[in-house]
Amino acid sequence: MIPAAFEYARASSVEEAAKLLNKYGEDAKVLAGGHSLIPLMRLRLAQPKALVDINGIKGLDHIKAEGSKLHIGALTRHVTIQNSAVVKDKLPILAEVAGEIGDNQVRNMGTIGGVVAHADAAGDYPTIALMLDADIVTNQRTIAAKDFFKDLFTTPLAADEIVIEVVFPVANGPHKYIKFRRRLFDWAIVGAAAQKMNGGWRIGLTNVGPTPVRATAVEEALHKGAKPEEAAQHASDGLNPSGDLRASPEYKKHLARVLTKRAIEQAK
Amino acid sequence: MAVTTMVGAKIHRREDPKLITGHGSYVDDMQLIGMVHMAVVRSAQAHAKIVSVDLTAASKAPGVVAVYTARDFKKVISGGLPVTESLIADKKQTPNQFPIAESEAVYFGEPIAVVLAESRYQAADCAELVQVEYESLPVLVDFEKALEKGSPTAHTGAPDNVAWDVNFNGGDLEAAFKESEVTVKERIIQQRVFPISMEPRAVLANYVPFGNQLTVWTSSQVPHFIRLFLCIGLGMPESQIRVVAPDVGGGFGSKLRPYPEEYLAAAASKLSGRPVKWIEGRTENLQATSHGRGHIFDIEVGAKRDGTLLALKITMLSDLGAYIGVFGALQSSLAMLLSPGCYKWKAVHGRAIGVLTNKMSTDPYRGAGRPEAAHLVERAVDLVAQELKLDPADVRAKNFAEDFPFTSILGMVYDSGEYQKSLDKAKEIVGYKALRQKQADLRKQGKYLGIGLSTYVEICGVGPSAATAHVSGSLALVESSVVRVHPTGSVTVAVGTHSHGQGHATTFAQIAADALGLPYANIEIREGDTGDTPFGYGSYGSRSLPVGGVSINRSCQKVVDKAKKIAAHMLEAADEDVVFDQGQFYVKGSPDKRKAMGEVAFAAYGPGLPEGMEQGLEAVTYFDPPNFTWPFGAHICVVEVDPETGEVDIQKYVAVDDCGNIINPMIVDGQIHGGVAQGIGQALFEEAVHDPETGALRTGTLLDYSIPGIGEIPNLQLDRTITPSPTNELGVKGVGEAGTIAASAAVINAIVDALSPFGIKHVDMPASPDRLWKQIKQAREHSNGGKEARK
Repeated sequence: MIPAAFEYARASSVEEAAKLLNKYGEDAKVLAGGHSLIPLMRLRLAQPKALVDINGIKGLDHIKAEGSKLHIGALTRHVTIQNSAVVKDKLPILAEVAGEIGDNQVRNMGTIGGVVAHADAAGDYPTIALMLDADIVTNQRTIAAKDFFKDLFTTPLAADEIVIEVVFPVANGPHKYIKFRRRLFDWAIVGAAAQKMNGGWRIGLTNVGPTPVRATAVEEALHKGAKPEEAAQHASDGLNPSGDLRASPEYKKHLARVLTKRAIEQAK
Repeated sequence: MAVTTMVGAKIHRREDPKLITGHGSYVDDMQLIGMVHMAVVRSAQAHAKIVSVDLTAASKAPGVVAVYTARDFKKVISGGLPVTESLIADKKQTPNQFPIAESEAVYFGEPIAVVLAESRYQAADCAELVQVEYESLPVLVDFEKALEKGSPTAHTGAPDNVAWDVNFNGGDLEAAFKESEVTVKERIIQQRVFPISMEPRAVLANYVPFGNQLTVWTSSQVPHFIRLFLCIGLGMPESQIRVVAPDVGGGFGSKLRPYPEEYLAAAASKLSGRPVKWIEGRTENLQATSHGRGHIFDIEVGAKRDGTLLALKITMLSDLGAYIGVFGALQSSLAMLLSPGCYKWKAVHGRAIGVLTNKMSTDPYRGAGRPEAAHLVERAVDLVAQELKLDPADVRAKNFAEDFPFTSILGMVYDSGEYQKSLDKAKEIVGYKALRQKQADLRKQGKYLGIGLSTYVEICGVGPSAATAHVSGSLALVESSVVRVHPTGSVTVAVGTHSHGQGHATTFAQIAADALGLPYANIEIREGDTGDTPFGYGSYGSRSLPVGGVSINRSCQKVVDKAKKIAAHMLEAADEDVVFDQGQFYVKGSPDKRKAMGEVAFAAYGPGLPEGMEQGLEAVTYFDPPNFTWPFGAHICVVEVDPETGEVDIQKYVAVDDCGNIINPMIVDGQIHGGVAQGIGQALFEEAVHDPETGALRTGTLLDYSIPGIGEIPNLQLDRTITPSPTNELGVKGVGEAGTIAASAAVINAIVDALSPFGIKHVDMPASPDRLWKQIKQAREHSNGGKEARK
């Protein structure tokens, strides 16, 4: 389908981007990889009056380990994260997740900043960010992941605020991300992430609600010594997922439990 | 003397370099001076009175050239879209579809207005400005409910929703059931699917008033049919219309009929005086291009304890949409006629009911009724096998037809077949015996392996004039060809089929090269342009080779016959003393005295020809095949089902297909790959979902509609048997649809086989994880047959 008319501006710096976003206000959208935004525009589900293209901004695609933190620039493409020796060393679950996103074409274009800012419940990075207590750094402030994903497609980002980098803790212990989907390039029907770190477990769930979920009840059960299958029963605690063409709420809750169990069992 | 044949050679397709480097000529590549872009305003409701259409804002949109509604089009178009007999002559009602709605919209996506603008973007924006006021009417989505007494009707004022209610009966059903020692019943759903060719539809129409000439480029499988129907609809002589189907990016049956947009673009060009281009978007394609399948089958099977099949009773409801598709009845009639499958039955009785609903029309989609038939009968055989605790391979072996030509219980004459041979081959390749053992071992570990068989026979090569007149409703679906040898020995072959991915440019040239003894590189195939081909019948129903290819071969034979006479004259010998071999004419016994076909070609345009013979070296053939052709084969699918998630993993897929003699084995393999992919797609992934209240398409994009990608299709192991068709001298059958016809049953049979320890007897399509999980859960909770599975 044909998108509605829009203006287009290319920013060569973060400041310029912020200025342009200020100019257009709520009617503008940031364009990075575009693989979520452009399909929405083609279906006219999104009709921004202006696109501010930030692909040309330098210095936003770094992958840097600094002490116990891993800094990933917002414009870093999924394929880069997937293949990065630094990520595979410092936070291998992130490389695993990046490799599960979409297909080759999507991974070549999509960015971590874009996925995080879009805050789709079916996005994979937000789950990892939330469960590992990552920080989202913008051009105005630093927001903790637990304060960032407010609702479906809803974040505290202001109209002229851009994600600059995402900061994760280093964690290279046993880990596993299971993304359950119909087709290889689909979004997750349900995803489950398990990361052993600092003697305990972090468990995260994708697409079981309007925002990513950190399964603290599972983490606590494991901490108390429960076996994976037993602990995983708590994965659906407090969940109220929506049903859609691919899955009923009941099935999603069931998958949350099964995939959590498997993620813990298969983590290495 | 070296012997070379092109037929049977595995050569790359000559059209591929152009296509895969982006140099194809599709309709959207065509540009004409003064061209405008057409956008269609479509009904946002599945059933509604159109109260008003306000064009005020649209008429003032930037770049707008014209805005038209039904009132404008009625000045130029008369009548409605054609509906053929398609083997069901007795239709109770055939609602007339004018190409654009006027007072009532009866399906979501039906055209209501047309806008023309200078650019495609402006056309899209302009279309959004057209304001339609609707008064909602009851929407019919559930086609079983649509048959209930007092049900609202899909069309206002219609007596009911029944388009046909006909029987296909063979044998004494009552007696056959009486003789049966066991009966099984099942309901089998054939969900609606979208054909989804990679290139959606596209039309470019240019009406020139000087000379009253219309040229239409259209992404179609049937350019001559389009010309014929535009001639009728626009009231223009066929001689004044030229239809060109250029490179067509797939069809799968969705492009074998005329569509509203072809009429509308042509009429809009006449009304506006500009060339009009319409390019279908994918969202539109899902709404407004014909849908496939869409039936409910209720079957009852009677058999003896030893596995002998006796009786098959079928009730079939078909969800036709609001308007019967141009070939809409074919899915029902062929599903019935092929329902006996490869087997001997005592009786098969089928009742087919066509139901009108507020949806887009269904029409042929790869297989057109034969996938439905194969799925039905292959499920029936497995149901019997499961009930009797017999190996499904053994039940098939017991009931296969063996003597050919074989007349099925419904009167169809299968020309040739060796069903047991292909099943044995498939079993050997897949390692059937070892797999059954592995299955038993895995069950003890709580793992569920399933082996599904699908032995199919199908009817293609449409077809003999007497029979096909009842498909088209008057046109004999023969095939035309012209073979013309030019003075310097190269050849143009014009044929009435139209490749939309089949590779005719290559395979037909392979046939002609061998028949004429001329170099393959010097033979050009012309298809798709009514301006330089004789009246053609298009490509569908796996007909291009068995009808079109054979037509070409015959035209080549006529050319060789004439060339032989000329050669004899040149060699000063009697006609009967001249032999033609490998492109050379020579006198029997004197092989050194020879003339090459190329020399004869040049001579054919010169003086000194035999007494009474005209110049030229060309021939025309309209080939009327004596029968359809009957490909067959055996597919075996091996799956593992994860009962915790309902996920199905296809571990092995073996296909042994028999399409008679083979022109290009690589192309045959390609056809099987594509066909199987679509069968797997229907079995596991795809479903066109309509909102039960509003009738809107919930699967409105390829995000929601799970067409499989490359990651979803396993590697296939292909093999073949070759049983030449006795129907034509090339011994060929069609193969375009065979893969799809076999595949869905192989997959579903495998899943049911895997889950039989849970007491599950049938699984419907698509067997998506959420559905399978739910079914397994229910089986675990309710069945005591699931004891084995509760570990």
